[in-house]
Amino acid sequence: MARLLYIELIKTFLKKRTFIGFAIVAVIVPLIEIAMKLEGGRFLQATTRSLQQDFFLVGNLFNAWLVSYNMMNSLWVHIPLLISFVAGDMLAGEATAGTYRLILIRPVSRTRILLAKYAATVFYTILFVFFLGALSIGLALPLLGRGDLIVFQHGILILPESDVAWRFLVAYLLAAWMMLTIASLAFFFSSFVENAIGPIVGTMGVLIVSFVIMSIPVELFESMRPYLFMYYTNIWQKVFHDPVPWETLWKDAAVLGAYSLAFLGAAWGIFVRKDILS
Amino acid sequence: MSSDVILQTSNLGKHFKRRWAVRHLDLEIHRGDVFGFLGPNGAGKSTTIRMLLSLIRPTEGDVFLFGHSLRTQRQLALKSVGGIVEKPDFYLYLTAYRNLEVVGALNGGTTKRRIFEVLDLVGLGQRAYDKVKTYSHGMKQRLGIAQALLSDPELVVLDEPTSGLDPQGMKEIRDLILHLSRAQKKTILLSSHLLHEVELVATRMAIINKGELVTQGEVKKLLDEGEKYVLLSGEPKKKLELLLRTQRCVQKVEEQTDGFRLAMEFSDIPQLTRTLVRNNIAVHAIIPRRSLEDYFLSLTENDGKL
Repeated sequence: MARLLYIELIKTFLKKRTFIGFAIVAVIVPLIEIAMKLEGGRFLQATTRSLQQDFFLVGNLFNAWLVSYNMMNSLWVHIPLLISFVAGDMLAGEATAGTYRLILIRPVSRTRILLAKYAATVFYTILFVFFLGALSIGLALPLLGRGDLIVFQHGILILPESDVAWRFLVAYLLAAWMMLTIASLAFFFSSFVENAIGPIVGTMGVLIVSFVIMSIPVELFESMRPYLFMYYTNIWQKVFHDPVPWETLWKDAAVLGAYSLAFLGAAWGIFVRKDILS
Repeated sequence: MSSDVILQTSNLGKHFKRRWAVRHLDLEIHRGDVFGFLGPNGAGKSTTIRMLLSLIRPTEGDVFLFGHSLRTQRQLALKSVGGIVEKPDFYLYLTAYRNLEVVGALNGGTTKRRIFEVLDLVGLGQRAYDKVKTYSHGMKQRLGIAQALLSDPELVVLDEPTSGLDPQGMKEIRDLILHLSRAQKKTILLSSHLLHEVELVATRMAIINKGELVTQGEVKKLLDEGEKYVLLSGEPKKKLELLLRTQRCVQKVEEQTDGFRLAMEFSDIPQLTRTLVRNNIAVHAIIPRRSLEDYFLSLTENDGKL
């Protein structure tokens, strides 16, 4: 299995498409953080204007932690698209290139090939999410300085700096876990199409429909929400609650894990029975 | 199944939506065969090859490779098989070496030495570290054969290996097939729509049409059985006919629109030619034909292909 994973990683990381996401993040994150450095004070002032009438805010609240926290918020819409570029190409890319004919005639089971490909997808997804985190925090700390983290979620919460770093680590772990569900969805779409564009469009289509259902306050939609995996994708934000609702958080993580497994299982069911006609 | 039979299909069939692409196919390939698998386009050759290599699941029947069922013992069955299916496709952004490394890993592991052995065999050793996207079609075809040989398989399945090649490229592939068969003692399944190609290299063959097996057996025997005749045209026609009717080697003469159809042994053609020339007959064409060839031609509407 290790050998199969090794070749899948070689195939993935020698492909230019794999680095599109990294390149975009490597451009956008510094750009946002430099813009924040130049104009960010005004952003915080505007956000806390009403509070300043009643409270006296002291210390450096506009700091690396706040910008990194907001970065997580702003990029989650785009990260799934970038992840689906690679996850959606894992199987469909072989069909497009005609290389199924090269790899599926070997004395190795399709299940193992699929699992190796999925493991490479998991590796890429985790690496990508942590690249975003490392770049975002690593660049913001020297650029914007440290301080307490002010969080706007159903009110205002100020978390002392000593209590922040571990929350970011857990938040990124959970974000990676959540992204794995989206990657698994793209991987599933990838198992039954012959073109890598299909899984990207399919994944984004599911996300858009889910966002619509989640954002329109209609009773019918509200009853549907718990059945959508997107309902649980704010899991990482819960790490910034005080106290952290661990029970809800594990439950949400389990639901996302179940969705990932279901998508992987469905992909497996299709892949092992698939007739290779391309 | 005899130990000498290394590939056997039993009532093999594949149904797609509204039609049977292959049906009731019983093939047998013996150790050491260069087995020609002939059929016109759309006859079911590629579907069969894909079933033999487990790319397509049969609707009915089974494939036995080295005595192992492809349905129940897939990995064992494919252990000593290498193949190339239709046009050779590779990871174009990887080098030939990396591509073979990928194939080697799927075969259970390979060595740098083995990779270079097969690349040298097909004449690509010097281009090992070039990306495949820089390769010509002929080079990709040769790389396709290299990957098929990487695990040193006993059975090599080559699906239309000369497709799209120029005459020189076709000859090189034919020579390579003969080398693999004679020097390396490989058993080869060669799928083709060209009778001539199969005749040049194959020891046994099968013909498939509309998804069903037409015949199979030794190439020489299949080509020799049935009626053999010679098509002859020349001038002046009257004198030619009279002369032909007096020749002992010609058993029967039938007039046709563009010449005569002669029932005779092929070995008597040189003698007959000499006689005609000596008698001042301008010979335009002497074409030895066999009924099997006629059958091939009828399948391909006389375009010379199956």
